[in-house]
Amino acid sequence: MVNFALQAKEDQHPDGSAAPGSDAPVQLAVNKLEIRYGGMVALSGVSLDIRQNEIFGIIGPANSGKTSFLNAINRMDMMRSNMTVTGDIHFNGVDIRQWRNVYALRRQIGVVFPLPVGLPMTIYDNVALAPRLSGKNLSRQALDDLVERCLRRAALWDEVKDRLNSLGSLLSGGQQQRLTIARALSQEPKMLMLDEFSIAVDPVTTMRIEDVLKELRQEMTIILVTNLVQQAQRLAHRTAFFLNGECVEIGETEALFSGQVKDSRTQDYIEGKFG
Amino acid sequence: MFAAKPVNLRNQQVEGLFRLLFGIMMVVLIVPVLMIIVMLVYKGGPAFSWNFLFTFPTDGMTAGGVFPALLGTIWLVVVSLLASVPLGVAAAIYLSEYAQQEHWLTRVINLATINLAGVPSIVHALFGLGAFVLFLKFGTSILAASLTLAVMTLPVVIVASWESLQAVPRAFREACWNMGATRWQTIRQVVLPNALTGILTGIILQVSRAAGETAPIMFTGAVFFLPFLPAGVFDQTMALALHLYTISTQVPNVPESLPFGVALLLVGMVLIMNSTAIMFRMYLRGKKKW
Ligand SMILES: Nc1ncnc2c1ncn2[C@@H]1O[C@H](COP(=O)(O)OP(=O)(O)OP(=O)(O)O)[C@@H](O)[C@H]1O
Ligand SMILES: [Mg+2]
Repeated sequence: MVNFALQAKEDQHPDGSAAPGSDAPVQLAVNKLEIRYGGMVALSGVSLDIRQNEIFGIIGPANSGKTSFLNAINRMDMMRSNMTVTGDIHFNGVDIRQWRNVYALRRQIGVVFPLPVGLPMTIYDNVALAPRLSGKNLSRQALDDLVERCLRRAALWDEVKDRLNSLGSLLSGGQQQRLTIARALSQEPKMLMLDEFSIAVDPVTTMRIEDVLKELRQEMTIILVTNLVQQAQRLAHRTAFFLNGECVEIGETEALFSGQVKDSRTQDYIEGKFG
Repeated sequence: MFAAKPVNLRNQQVEGLFRLLFGIMMVVLIVPVLMIIVMLVYKGGPAFSWNFLFTFPTDGMTAGGVFPALLGTIWLVVVSLLASVPLGVAAAIYLSEYAQQEHWLTRVINLATINLAGVPSIVHALFGLGAFVLFLKFGTSILAASLTLAVMTLPVVIVASWESLQAVPRAFREACWNMGATRWQTIRQVVLPNALTGILTGIILQVSRAAGETAPIMFTGAVFFLPFLPAGVFDQTMALALHLYTISTQVPNVPESLPFGVALLLVGMVLIMNSTAIMFRMYLRGKKKW
């Protein structure tokens, strides 16, 4: 049995550790970001800093531009002919457009989608795919260890360890979502972006994933887009409220949820008056 | 309490009516097919023998076997596949995975491809004659005829492959791209493996079409009779479909069982290939991956 550094950490009760303060190093700096699809502006005038090791929540109703925001960070505009991004985004202090190799950028940022995506290959291959494609020639043993480590961190290992060779796409929805997380972790990313991950997942699995996130943020920055206001309240250190392509407000989650808001629309949304 | 209300009753009647209607349609479709097969087996069956399959025609094609024609058809189909499959699949991959889907040029090309699939085979024949026989100076040869067949089947290979590629959920691609996979890695690892069934089915269906056509090969490489077997792609050849045409219309005093035997052989080959395609598809469907 392989012993993992992570398991030692589990005993330290990471939940209690403090949030990164305003002096913490910046993981992602976004400045005057604007995203357009053809002529339509999906998001505009967004400027914000995301600190290392924080969970940064983004809430907002449908069509507010949350998914577009995540796509811009991962440079998915390159894959979509009608999507244009202006303004700048710095990841680890480097303009994401200056990265010589976008693939290397994307490897440092894990993404989890609203609907679970188990790729139609074995569970093992689902997790091993990205490391294999990245050209690191890991030995079989190293790859085995990596797969196990990622599945453990995603709280899926115990359920699948005896059937790593069955199809990942035939797991249950909740399991597939954790598989997606394991896959996102397979390249040791510096940042993890989750887009409404709990949309197709039962409450119990949701809580398990939330626990996973609390632990993961010890090692990486997390952007959590969520349609559940309470989820942001439970997890996020700071939260941004997006509405109709505009970033209405950014603040400490606790402050926002205790009524210290600058814009009344934020208050209304949090209280469930619209959206 | 749950007694059928008048509205329900009417719906049931309408439902029954449509059921009957579609049932009749199916019978109307299936009966002629069955009749053709029964007649072919009844009239052509007696002609079947090892000799029929593996010897040359004799007595001015009024007796003997069809070996050179059978072999010629295999030559034509194989060479045309060698050209149309790599080209067609590559074009489909480009159109589906690389081209900007909303771009007007992509749409025009898609539309043109679909329309090309409907061009009559005689038009392809004339194109093949001009392009391969005369312009490229291949002469009337297996190569020219096969390329003509390839041009004829290409649009359908492209459309079938394109549809299979598009049937792979977009979410799979997005997941790979977001992991830092290049487009090609994504295609190679995820898209192609899952589109393969559909692509192969499309190809097999085209094989049977290529085997059965007469017009495209008539001017470009197939001949009525050859006393020897082709030795390479620059030779002319006999072919089953053309042979059938010849012995049933051009040669006097052919015993009736001979053309029916050739027709049975042709239809048999096509049926076997199509059933293989269908069974293959069902087999892979059984192993459904998502
Ligand atoms: N590929 C695309 N092409 C054209 N328009 C798009 C595309 N993707 C998103 N949009 C548009 O951009 C706007 C913002 O969409 P986005 O997906 O970012 O919203 P969202 O906040 O994630 O919504 P939801 O909560 O429903 O996921 C919408 O009006 C949407 O129609
Ligand atoms: Mg979204």
